[in-house]
Amino acid sequence: MDFSSIVSALPDLLQGMLLTLKLLVFAVAGGIALGTLLALARLSSNRLLSFLAGFYVNYFRSIPLLLVITWFYFIVPFMLAWATGKMHPVGAFASSLVAFMMFEAAYYCEIVRAGIQSIPKGQVNAAYALGLNYHQAMRLVVLPQAFRKMAPLLLQQSIILFQDTALVYAVGLMDFLNTARSRGDITGQLHEFLLFAGVIYFVLSFIASRIVLRLQSKLAVGQN
Amino acid sequence: MIEIRNISKWYGSFQVLTDCSTKVDKGEVVVVCGPSGSGKSTLIKCVNALEPFQKGEIIINRISVGDPKTDLPKLRSHVGMVFQHFELFPHLSIIDNLRLAQVEVLGRGREEAGEKGLALLDRVGLKAHADKFPGQLSGGQQQRVAIARALAMDPFCMLFDEPTSALDPEMINEVLDVMVELAQEGMTMMVVTHEMGFARKVANRVIFMDQGQIIEDAAKEEFFGAPRSERAQHFLSKILNHC
Repeated sequence: MDFSSIVSALPDLLQGMLLTLKLLVFAVAGGIALGTLLALARLSSNRLLSFLAGFYVNYFRSIPLLLVITWFYFIVPFMLAWATGKMHPVGAFASSLVAFMMFEAAYYCEIVRAGIQSIPKGQVNAAYALGLNYHQAMRLVVLPQAFRKMAPLLLQQSIILFQDTALVYAVGLMDFLNTARSRGDITGQLHEFLLFAGVIYFVLSFIASRIVLRLQSKLAVGQN
Repeated sequence: MIEIRNISKWYGSFQVLTDCSTKVDKGEVVVVCGPSGSGKSTLIKCVNALEPFQKGEIIINRISVGDPKTDLPKLRSHVGMVFQHFELFPHLSIIDNLRLAQVEVLGRGREEAGEKGLALLDRVGLKAHADKFPGQLSGGQQQRVAIARALAMDPFCMLFDEPTSALDPEMINEVLDVMVELAQEGMTMMVVTHEMGFARKVANRVIFMDQGQIIEDAAKEEFFGAPRSERAQHFLSKILNHC
C-alpha cells in the first residue's frame, strides 16, 4: 500500500467533496421543500391533487435513482428546448440536482406526511378556532411541530442522500468518489484511493448519525 | 347572538344530532350537559363550524355559519373557543401563544399584541409564566392560558367544550373561577360541562342532551328544581350525588 499520491491529490479531492456537498445541500433543501408541498397535496381533500401526489410518490419510489439521474441528464435539455424553443446546454450538475430533488422529494414527502398526521386534530381545531385559515394553520402551527418531530428522520434520509450523490459518476460529474477513482486510476493506486474515500464517507456519515441520535434524545426530553 | 335552528348531523348513516334548536342571547350563559356520547361537544363544535352539519342553520350575529359564502376564519376570530385538552401550541412560548392570532389574523403589531397578552395573563394570574412553554405549566394553568388566548381576540362570545374534564380535581376550581368571573362581567357563553356547581352559580339556562337530541332547555331554577324529563332527572341524580 502506498498512500503517497493521495497527499498531492488532496486539492482535487477537496474540490470533489465540495461538489458533493453542494449537490447535497441543494438537493436536501429542494427535496424537503418539494416534499412538503407533495405531502400537503397528498393530505388535501381535493381528490385529484391527492391522487396525483400519491402517484408521483409511488412512481419515484419504484424506479432506481441511477435511472432518474441518467434520464434527467438526457431529458432536461429537451424539456427546456421544448419550453423555450431553443436548445440550452444544461450540464450534468444542474440535471443531477433536479433529478435528486425530484427523487428525494418522494421520500421526504412520506416523512413530512407522517409528521403532519402525528399532530393531533385538536391543534388544527385550535388554530382554526382562533381564526387562522388553512395556510396559516399549516405554516404556523402544524408544520413547525411536524418538522420538529420529524427532524431525525429527515436528517437520516439526508445521510442516505449524501451517500447516493456518488451515483453522479454516471453522468461524468467529478464528485468526491469519482475524483478519488479517477486519481486512483491515473496514479495506479486505485485501492488506496478507494480505501481513503471509504474512510471519509464513513467518518462524515458517522458524525452525522451521531448528531441525529443527540437530536433524537434532545427532542424526546423536550416533548412535554 | 347565537341561534341554532333545527341542526341535524350524520357521520355516514349514523345520526349524531337530531333537530337541535336553541339560542344564546347577548350576555347569557348557557350550560349544556348530558351523558357522554350525547352529542353536546359535537353541537358546540358546529357553532363555529369546526364540525360540518348537514341540516339546519346556525346564525351568529346575523351571519350564517353553514353558508359556503361565509368567511369562516373571520367569523371564528370573533368566537372564542376553549377545548377540553387546552390545545396550546407546544412549540410557542405562552406569550407567543397569545400573540399569534392577534398578529396573524387581526393584524395587530407584535408589541400591541404582547401588551394585550400580558394584561390578559395578569388577569388569569399567570403573568409570571409568560416566557415559559406550555409543557412547563400544570393543566389548570394551561387551561387558564387557553382562556386568555381566546380573550385576546376580543371575542363577542365564548364557547367552552368540557374545559375542566381533563383536569385533576384540585385544578378544576382555578379554571372555574376564571369562567365565573367572565360570566359575571357579562360575557356571552355557551359551556359544555358536567360542573353543576358552575351551572348553579352563573348559568341563565341549562340544556340537557341525550342521544343527539335536546331533551330539556330550561331556565336554571326550573332545571334544577324540577326537570320535566325522566332522563334529565336520572342524569342529575347521578351527577349531583358526586357534588
